[in-house]
Amino acid sequence: MNTGIMDHLALWTAAFLTLGIISFLYRDNVWYKICEAVFVGASAGYWFVTYFWDNIYGKFWVGVFPGDPSRSPDYALLVGGALGLLMLMRLIPKIGWLSRWPLAFIVGATAGLNLIGYFASNVMVQVADTVRPLLGADGGASLYDVIGNVVVAVGTFTALIYFFFSKEHKGAFGGAAKVGIFVLMVTFGASFGYTVMSRMSLLIGRIDFLLGDWLGLIK
Amino acid sequence: MFRLLLIILVVALCAIWYVGRHAGWFGSVSFSPAVSLLVSIMLGLSIVWILILTIRGKFAERRVVFLYVGIAVAMPLFMSLTQKVAISSEAQMLYDYLQKVPPGSKVLVTFDYDPPSAAELQPMAESFLRYGFAHDFKMIIFGLWPQGPQQANLALTKILDEPDIRAKLPVYGVDYVNLGFQSGNEFVIQRLGSDFKSMFPADYQGTPYDSLPLVRNVRNYANVDYSFNLSAGYPGTKEWVLFAVDRYGLKMGAGNTAVQTTGMYPYVRSGQLLGILGGMNGAAEFEQLTGTLAKGTKFMLSQSFSHLVVVAFIVIGNVAYFMHERRKGKRSL
Repeated sequence: MNTGIMDHLALWTAAFLTLGIISFLYRDNVWYKICEAVFVGASAGYWFVTYFWDNIYGKFWVGVFPGDPSRSPDYALLVGGALGLLMLMRLIPKIGWLSRWPLAFIVGATAGLNLIGYFASNVMVQVADTVRPLLGADGGASLYDVIGNVVVAVGTFTALIYFFFSKEHKGAFGGAAKVGIFVLMVTFGASFGYTVMSRMSLLIGRIDFLLGDWLGLIK
Repeated sequence: MFRLLLIILVVALCAIWYVGRHAGWFGSVSFSPAVSLLVSIMLGLSIVWILILTIRGKFAERRVVFLYVGIAVAMPLFMSLTQKVAISSEAQMLYDYLQKVPPGSKVLVTFDYDPPSAAELQPMAESFLRYGFAHDFKMIIFGLWPQGPQQANLALTKILDEPDIRAKLPVYGVDYVNLGFQSGNEFVIQRLGSDFKSMFPADYQGTPYDSLPLVRNVRNYANVDYSFNLSAGYPGTKEWVLFAVDRYGLKMGAGNTAVQTTGMYPYVRSGQLLGILGGMNGAAEFEQLTGTLAKGTKFMLSQSFSHLVVVAFIVIGNVAYFMHERRKGKRSL
């Protein structure tokens, strides 16, 4: 195996940090705290460097002052640069109010962009999909699909009834609300199952690193 | 003092094993099917013993649960048992559509995740890239997460080193290209709908966009035949569906972390997504479908063992709870 000294050092450092984070399961300790601090510091540093070189230098500086004579400067970027600068005014309390302008721009732009997107994709298309013909458009849906369509339609309707609080949950309405709770519980259960799977996957990844990449115990 | 000695002993053993591995003294460890079965039975019996102790009123502390989860995750990595992975309709759907994508198609592969999610998404990425190279897709790679393009490079390095793929002699800039990272989240996705070059004036290595033959004529989504998004959160599959699929008609499949998958299923049912791979299970399914078993499949045994342990301890926890309540009730009488 052709491994340099830096690779050995990197492996041992990664193993040290991984074990340090896992050591929290035993109890809170200094090793864990050191690893946590290193993680937070390294993340912050990484993000700063990435954004600086990708955005401030790579997009803004090179865009406004292109070294290449064949490219013309894009002065529109100065507007974005100015808004970014205004955001930093929060650091000076006297003129901190100036940061509201870029914030207003961000909130407005995001809201404007998302309004149409969410309405078209999450409302219109999803509603259309919820109320699809139970037996399929041509009546040729399989039994599996028919049951699926019924479950989705009934589940959505009853779950919505559960969240309808301006009418007391009594009688048939209350019964439907109870079905809605059941649907919600099944949904949360499925999400929980997937969450457990995800967390376990992360642990498997780290154990694979420790036993495989680091110690070479597994192939 | 005992704990310190134990730690020193473990570190010394690790160091010896590490040096030994590089010096060629030790190889990898693998249990035979019989030993694997024996280990599994012993693990199961010890959990039954904990259940009996719980019924007798001796409750296990939380660290015992952690230890068992750790063992359940680690032990299967040594086992030579294989687990059958059932193919979900969503994964099958993704694979079926992929088979319809002709060789030479321009495929967008977006890496919207970072190392913490790599355990689940990296096997998917590797499988997809392997499939892409094998089917002569022209792959345009980038990420909306800063570490995404680096994850792409890790996967590329591994896949390009495989003999089958190496034999095809893929050329950077012609067969695949990594455009790097771009900040701006959904605004980037929106902007790509009109002009790729404005968002990625140069690739990951700083090569100007127009100097890359693969993307020179790619102006927007209309020039892309298919897209595969690997996502661990925001921005991710949801934003791609909202701003690229529904608005520009991009054909897209996705690979998500398990946490995210439940939220994406409605998009598959409605046809907004052309299939989805969910978590490590999704990675294993895709490996089965493409016929190259790799880490996703290998990890499934650990996944199943750990789930069994979690379920067992949920039962034990409930028994402990009811025992505790009963005792409290008796005391209050």
